[in-house]
Amino acid sequence: MDIAGINLVTLIASLMVAAVPILLAAIGELVVEKSGVLNLGVEGMMIMGAIGGFMVAVATGSPLMGFIGGAIGGAVLSLFFAVLTLGFLANQVATGLALTMFGLGLSSLMGQGYNGVKPPPTGALFGPLGDIPVIGPILLGHDWMVYFSILIVAVVWWVLRYTRTGLIIRAVGESHDAAHALGYNVARIRLLCIMFGGAMAGLGGAYVSLVRVPQWVDGITAGAGWIALAIVVFASWKPWRVLLGAYLFGGITVLQLRLQAAGSSIPVEYLSMAPYLITILVLVIMSSGRSKAALNAPAALGQNFHASR
Amino acid sequence: MLRRTLLASAALGLGLSLASGAFAAGMDKVKACFVYVGPIGDGGWTYQHHQGALELQKAFGDKVEIAWQENVPEGADAERVLTQMALGGCNIIFTTSFGYMDATNAVAAKFPNVMFEHATGFKREHPNVSTYNARFYEGRAVQGYLAGKMTKSNKIGYIASFPIPEVIMGINSYYLNAKKANPNVELTVVWAFTWFDPAKEADAAKALIDSGVDVIASHTDSTAPLAEAAKSEGKVVGFGQASDMAEYKPSPRISSIIDNWGPYYVKRVGALLDGSYAQADAWEGISGGEVKIGEITEAVPADVKAEAEKIRDEIAAGTYHPFTGPINKQDGSPWLAEGQTAPDGDLLGMNFYVEGVTGDIPK
Repeated sequence: MDIAGINLVTLIASLMVAAVPILLAAIGELVVEKSGVLNLGVEGMMIMGAIGGFMVAVATGSPLMGFIGGAIGGAVLSLFFAVLTLGFLANQVATGLALTMFGLGLSSLMGQGYNGVKPPPTGALFGPLGDIPVIGPILLGHDWMVYFSILIVAVVWWVLRYTRTGLIIRAVGESHDAAHALGYNVARIRLLCIMFGGAMAGLGGAYVSLVRVPQWVDGITAGAGWIALAIVVFASWKPWRVLLGAYLFGGITVLQLRLQAAGSSIPVEYLSMAPYLITILVLVIMSSGRSKAALNAPAALGQNFHASR
Repeated sequence: MLRRTLLASAALGLGLSLASGAFAAGMDKVKACFVYVGPIGDGGWTYQHHQGALELQKAFGDKVEIAWQENVPEGADAERVLTQMALGGCNIIFTTSFGYMDATNAVAAKFPNVMFEHATGFKREHPNVSTYNARFYEGRAVQGYLAGKMTKSNKIGYIASFPIPEVIMGINSYYLNAKKANPNVELTVVWAFTWFDPAKEADAAKALIDSGVDVIASHTDSTAPLAEAAKSEGKVVGFGQASDMAEYKPSPRISSIIDNWGPYYVKRVGALLDGSYAQADAWEGISGGEVKIGEITEAVPADVKAEAEKIRDEIAAGTYHPFTGPINKQDGSPWLAEGQTAPDGDLLGMNFYVEGVTGDIPK
């Protein structure tokens, strides 16, 4: 199972872990954008989830409570965004960017005194089953968040595609005026979507501080939120493609380090920039014309709505 | 508006040049400013610089005012921050990362009366630029010895940041001394191309561990590699980098290199206060107290620990140099002859691996 000195099984197993934070944040942002709201504050919400989850996990000694705390942390920060953009009709792009900076600063303040503290460990879900060759490490050796993140993708796909709720969310995102005329409360639906997005970003952040790095340091998410935003566009707003995109991005990050460890002669710089090059490439292909993907962006994305208009 | 800014800076410049007259005779009060590449809470490199800054404050009390800025990117932003600090009344500015080298020299040219101190660099283009560094390679030698003795798989790893002499020197010293302790040792180097990105550092550590490495040294700033090693339940060990990282004692952290900048900061600002300040190129090591070896824990066998401490003491006493010939370069060409030790110039410009290290240095 070795290719160029890299063990495929451990590569796949580790890329699944590396992709969890960006996958969660991206699937949350996908729902937000589907409802017609562009929240660029993913990075800020992630890091609030990272510190919130870390504090709760340390205080309670329970990783599960930590993840719940992380989701609440992200959702609470997203409320600021909701109040400003839905309530006061502030510009979504500017508010989202401000949210990121606010989240980075606030998390650093809250994190004072948490440097060097170790959180309670999150173990593998199926215990010894993870030792079965090949399928063990890939399918059975992970902690429960890895499975949960895939489950969330499935649920979001199902809700958006097959349920009335999904139809309403999409309607609000495509034409808020029409949805309003039909009697739907646009602001309330968007508020719930924004909070869902915040909670997912928070969960992703908590995964970084509780599982992937297991500690708190300032700026721990280090730009993962921006990658999540890119993945939503890369996936052209389709849930399963978000999963694909997250595994691709996570995979390349892991792969470039492993290629080095295996003594490959491919220059590191090319691999480091590969995910971003692919994103640019996808954007170019998408915007190059009549393909269906180009039309897939929610029509009301980034536009504020007020019932009086 | 622009004219007003110009006038303001001219006035400030005038004020500063007036103040400079007092330099030779010393100063009553010094404002010392620090530029950090990461957050103070990184638990490593920046944290230690800030500890030094706090020590400085404590040493002089009211006579010194300190100011700092965290997370300053290496590049054009650094120049802006430095200009801001110089205009804001800083008398001496410590720029604490290699990547600030050109920015430091560029801004120093514009403010001849502000003293600049650049860490780990080698350019002193103006009389008001000094450089300071610590001989971390001495600490790497002790780590290398421990790595050679502690590895069971005979594979040791090094998480490198950027391909600069400072880092290459560390890799070579680590490898040479590991090889001395254990002739079968193989070194794997992974370049992270970052000083601070905990998730990436953890991934790099994981990649090394998955490829069979069981002793990891890191040249990045956070504690993430140790946190990753901790997941292996004792199979993988590593070292505290820049800071003691004592929270990972006794394993995976079996020892550490501690940067101790406080005494240097106190000395330099003290010189500014009493008027004896002069341009300098400081490079102290274990003997000068700038590099400390953190406690070697009980995870290390007693005889290995004793030998490692002996190496540390010999380096401090000057009887052992981590780069002692015969040493060949990676391509087999001779570098140091039998018994010859590395001249400082060779070390500061080091851009080659020594013989036995595999892989290429990224260009």
